[in-house]
Amino acid sequence: MATTDQEVNELIKRDYEHGFVTEIETETFEPGLNEDVIARLSAIKKEPEYMLEWRLKAYRRWLEMTEPDWAHVGYPKIDYNAISYYSAPKRKEDMPQSLDEVDPELLRTYEKLGIPLHEREQLAGVAVDAVFDSVSVATTFKEPLAKAGVIFCSISEAIRDYPELVEKYLGSVVPYSDNYFAGLNSAVFSDGTFVYVPKGVRCPMELSTYFRINAANTGQFERTLIIADEGSHVSYLEGCTAPMRDENQLHAAVVELVALDDAEIKYSTVQNWYPGDENGKGGIYNFVTKRAACIGNNSKVSWTQVETGSAVTWKYPSCILRGDNSVGEFYSVALTHNYQQADTGTKMIHLGKNTSSTIISKGISAGRSSNVYRGLVKFGPRAEGARNFTQCDSLLIGDRCGAHTFPYIESLNKSAIVEHEATTSKVSDEQMFLCRQRGIDPEQAVSMIVNGFCKEVFKELPMEFAVEAGKLLEVSLEGSVG
Amino acid sequence: MLSIKNLHASVEGNEILKGINLEIKAGEVHAIMGPNGSGKSTLSQVLAGNDAFEVTSGEVTLNGENLLEKATEDRARDGVFLAFQYPVEIPGVSNMQFMRTAVNTMRHHNGESEMNAAEFMKHAREVSKQVDLDPAFLKRGVNEGFSGGEKKRNEIMQALLLQPKLAILDETDSGLDIDALKVVSDGVNALRSEDRSILMVTHYQRLLDHIVPDYVHVLSDGKIVKSGGPELALELEERGYAWLGIKDEATAASSALSNSAN
Repeated sequence: MATTDQEVNELIKRDYEHGFVTEIETETFEPGLNEDVIARLSAIKKEPEYMLEWRLKAYRRWLEMTEPDWAHVGYPKIDYNAISYYSAPKRKEDMPQSLDEVDPELLRTYEKLGIPLHEREQLAGVAVDAVFDSVSVATTFKEPLAKAGVIFCSISEAIRDYPELVEKYLGSVVPYSDNYFAGLNSAVFSDGTFVYVPKGVRCPMELSTYFRINAANTGQFERTLIIADEGSHVSYLEGCTAPMRDENQLHAAVVELVALDDAEIKYSTVQNWYPGDENGKGGIYNFVTKRAACIGNNSKVSWTQVETGSAVTWKYPSCILRGDNSVGEFYSVALTHNYQQADTGTKMIHLGKNTSSTIISKGISAGRSSNVYRGLVKFGPRAEGARNFTQCDSLLIGDRCGAHTFPYIESLNKSAIVEHEATTSKVSDEQMFLCRQRGIDPEQAVSMIVNGFCKEVFKELPMEFAVEAGKLLEVSLEGSVG
Repeated sequence: MLSIKNLHASVEGNEILKGINLEIKAGEVHAIMGPNGSGKSTLSQVLAGNDAFEVTSGEVTLNGENLLEKATEDRARDGVFLAFQYPVEIPGVSNMQFMRTAVNTMRHHNGESEMNAAEFMKHAREVSKQVDLDPAFLKRGVNEGFSGGEKKRNEIMQALLLQPKLAILDETDSGLDIDALKVVSDGVNALRSEDRSILMVTHYQRLLDHIVPDYVHVLSDGKIVKSGGPELALELEERGYAWLGIKDEATAASSALSNSAN
């Protein structure tokens, strides 16, 4: 009566549609990590001296650190000397000056991924920075953005062209000593996106970075820095995919957001790294540090994430609410299937007066996966009148998956108010029977029920992304009904 | 239309249906009555294809096709509709989205073009009036926070939208006040047509004042023990079930504890 095992397997097989490999000539470092490799990387990028020094300091600190093991995930030990730290498509020029100079094979790759970079086909209202393995290959809509005073470029360009901003803010939110993966990233990050929105400017379009891992045995270490100056507003989207490979690949990114007085940053992620096959072979290790500093009064940062990919995810987009009346928000949907493991959540650190934060987390587990919400809400002694609302909901599909919630609350201020709600539910047989009795396919029924469960988060996403996210869940859930 | 021969079914090893025989022709309305635990709801669930029940023997055909070998959704697409006794909630999924998905699945199955959101909205508003449901209900989550009566009206609304060949109404009258009963009955009467069969499962005669059946069957301990015309319902109303040699309500109710469907 239910879908047969064979059908289920076939559905899973066509699960990941971004799994293709682009055949392109690359310049790739031999695997291994030492100070020479870092110096070479810095030289290729034509970085100023300050950057190399910072990288080396980070590397030396990293050597003294140990890999964290507190997360509720398990994976074989990573050999950091078996990874290549730089891979870039070969090109004749130093930097392509216009899209015409970008390798057509690369343009085709992004087209296939639904991100056309050609002028005439560019996504209306969305400027894109395309990062391929270790380098940014193209950035669209640079001119209209420049007219508004918005800087939107690769971090490599920013290091060269805007050293005063980079030196001031890089590492100011996530220092290289913060944690093991942030330390590694600071030493070897190869590219990423830089955004600066000047005082009082409302960024005229959505900004977006599309990360693509292509090369084998290569780590992707991108670094994103977004600065919203006083009274400015910016909405930024991030998407990511990778080919299907049997080996695990490491992705250790750092994202830093800085919001000054009255500034607002909205950061949305649809993470769809290759999750591994149905037996848990392959897939991306996604060990990411994302943090926002609301340093200005009345500033606001909102994280929205839809996580469906990666074999192992370790990620806690956080807000340090330093400015008085600053606001932090975290809306998350994390879906795990097959053997995927996710340990994700957020930290809301309330330091300023009347700061407030909202956490809405929706975890969906299917197959034999494990899905963890881990969250910290902390109130400092000065956080008079601060408040937090947390809602953690877990949805289980089948009976071989797991959902765990680890909420931590620390308060050093008596006036702080914290509310926490948590639920765990199953896609019930009754719900499935109702849908099927109305003629609806079991697969479609599950995806409809799951989409309903995620509604509160999806409504926070920009329109195009919300549709995309809904579709993504559908694809990821294929084969979850046995 | 529907032909049931010697149907046996059990849940968790307990046999609930012990040889049901029933023929329903197109255009006919049949009522199944009986005390709690007699197997009324089990019969509805088995016909609709609920996996929780196991058919151990017997045969059910709809227009000559073997119903029992088909998946729930395929039976639905062939025109089997079950109005649930206790419709379940699906939080966050709007009634509108749910109904449009169901209607379009059916249209697709019948080789008709799908309805877009605007077309469906217009159509759904019309139908919602028929069951006296505020169109605002279309935007709410499926059965989310609906009262008992609203859930029942919502079920009938779905029947009107889907235009089934065989509509099975499982205790559609339970928990309704007189006004709501009238609205629901009007909805069901609107469903009556020459090419549609209706099977009503009910505990009380009062529903049959509004929807006059062609035949009434009395179910007891998993078997049909008496069949007749509408006058049989009136007789049951007057004399109870005891004159048919059926255990009284209290004993029947205790045996019903093992029947999870009731």
